[in-house]
Amino acid sequence: MAATNPRIKLPDIIKQGDVIEVKTLVRHEMETGNRRDKNGKPIPRDIINSFVAKFDGREVFRAEFGPGISANPYLAFQMRVPGPGIIEVTWTDDDGVQTVATAPLNIA
Amino acid sequence: MGHSIALSILNRRTFLTTAAAAVSLSPFIARGDEVPSALPSERSAEFKEVFAKLVGNAAPVEGKITVDLPETADNGNFVPITIAVNGPMTETDYVSAIHLLSTANPHAHVATFHLSPLNAVARVQSRMRLAKTQDVIVLAVKSGGEMLISTTGVKVLIGGCGI
Repeated sequence: MAATNPRIKLPDIIKQGDVIEVKTLVRHEMETGNRRDKNGKPIPRDIINSFVAKFDGREVFRAEFGPGISANPYLAFQMRVPGPGIIEVTWTDDDGVQTVATAPLNIA
Repeated sequence: MGHSIALSILNRRTFLTTAAAAVSLSPFIARGDEVPSALPSERSAEFKEVFAKLVGNAAPVEGKITVDLPETADNGNFVPITIAVNGPMTETDYVSAIHLLSTANPHAHVATFHLSPLNAVARVQSRMRLAKTQDVIVLAVKSGGEMLISTTGVKVLIGGCGI
């Protein structure tokens, strides 16, 4: 199942040179592959396994997830603001399906 | 209204903690054994393998990573974690990777975070699953190859089911 409802949250007021926290959230089951359904059949693993954040096309943060990351994966990281630009986050699931969110970084 | 809700949550939490403690201690008391430390130092075979592969020949240093985890997790499905590595984040000296490992989940490797000087601060926040009471290990790799380590015990009341 592809991820839905991708979100990026940035501080309201941003100045060039600030170190800001980029908060991200996406809706996804993160099925571990260890559970069984009510008939005893194993439920196949289906997780978001990759997270990439870019600022104006340049990678600023990347992560690999295992099944130990909770459902609806939340991730927050820090970055120094080089100037105005666009933050783009891509979540990729086990089938290679990508979910993308973008947010403008507006300088006050 | 607000007060009564807060109070009932508190009571429930206190009850759960006390009940879980009573249940977990009772077999030892019954056998007359000494009460063991609350956190087992057991390490899964998979953890040992993953850990050995990541560490290689490095000698990880303690004391430079701050890990915020609850002492007791009510729900092992959602355990908030904040990892911060103290030290510079300059072009020549920075934290390049942070590995998050579980010692007793079915899958030891929980996540790896890749950082660069663009981050300015090596601080990451997420939510993890914990199948049961265990140690959470964080390894940080610096640009020069130096490795840092942190071990945090978390008591889990209700394990993350099917992790």
